[in-house]
Amino acid sequence: MAEPTSGRTRPRDAAIGTGAGRVLLLVYGIFAVSAGARAGVQIATKFSEAPLAFLLSAFAALVYVAATIGLAVGGVRGRLIALASCSIELVGVLVVGTLSVLDQEAFPDATVWSRFGSGYGYVPLVLPLIGLWWLWRNRPGRP
Amino acid sequence: MNGPLSTATIVVALLLGIWYLIRSALDRAPGNTDLWAMLGLSALVAVLVVVSVVGLITGDRPGDVTTFIGYLITTAAFAPVGFYLARLEPTRWGTLILGVACLVLPVLVLRLQQIAEATGG
Repeated sequence: MAEPTSGRTRPRDAAIGTGAGRVLLLVYGIFAVSAGARAGVQIATKFSEAPLAFLLSAFAALVYVAATIGLAVGGVRGRLIALASCSIELVGVLVVGTLSVLDQEAFPDATVWSRFGSGYGYVPLVLPLIGLWWLWRNRPGRP
Repeated sequence: MNGPLSTATIVVALLLGIWYLIRSALDRAPGNTDLWAMLGLSALVAVLVVVSVVGLITGDRPGDVTTFIGYLITTAAFAPVGFYLARLEPTRWGTLILGVACLVLPVLVLRLQQIAEATGG
């Protein structure tokens, strides 16, 4: 873990990718790869079937990639990237989840966020909450 | 996909995963035994992947070969990545990383089996 250095504030920014953050890094990495690969295959092989759903898949994959990079990079910029992607992810899973339950015809093919991520054990729903909690807990200037 | 070999991989991964979760809950950093066990699982998975690749070359091919190969690569890389991250994290969280990796592996193997069963004409 990061050592407290000068002054009152501990450089927690440097540590968002360590400790429990490293577990998050692994899980986000898994989702970045799986969502990315899924979107890639969907778009390459049957894009015309459900363009909206597949573009959403690709978007979700990008968000997971961004979150992974943010956690890995750390620092002020990494924190911002991780914060932004976790927030987008939370909004995305809630909006897409609700829409996919209400209007199933608009989402004929599953995306990571469909039905609140039930195809992935609801991990996509829980993950942004854990991510935001982790970033909040390690916010800079926390006593 | 070789039946007994993939079943063995799934069972070993699940047992190891539960072991790591318990160890992590007890606040233990990954010890040498834990790390060696993960390497052993990696070796088992490597054998499974090699057998699958040989099957691809000699036997029936699944309908979706690209996806199958993608999953094969991910599966092969998975346990070593978990091992690497756990080495970087000598705390309870390192043990949790091993646990998560072990619990995701069976899903990957099951997906491989699903894709392999859908043989293309």
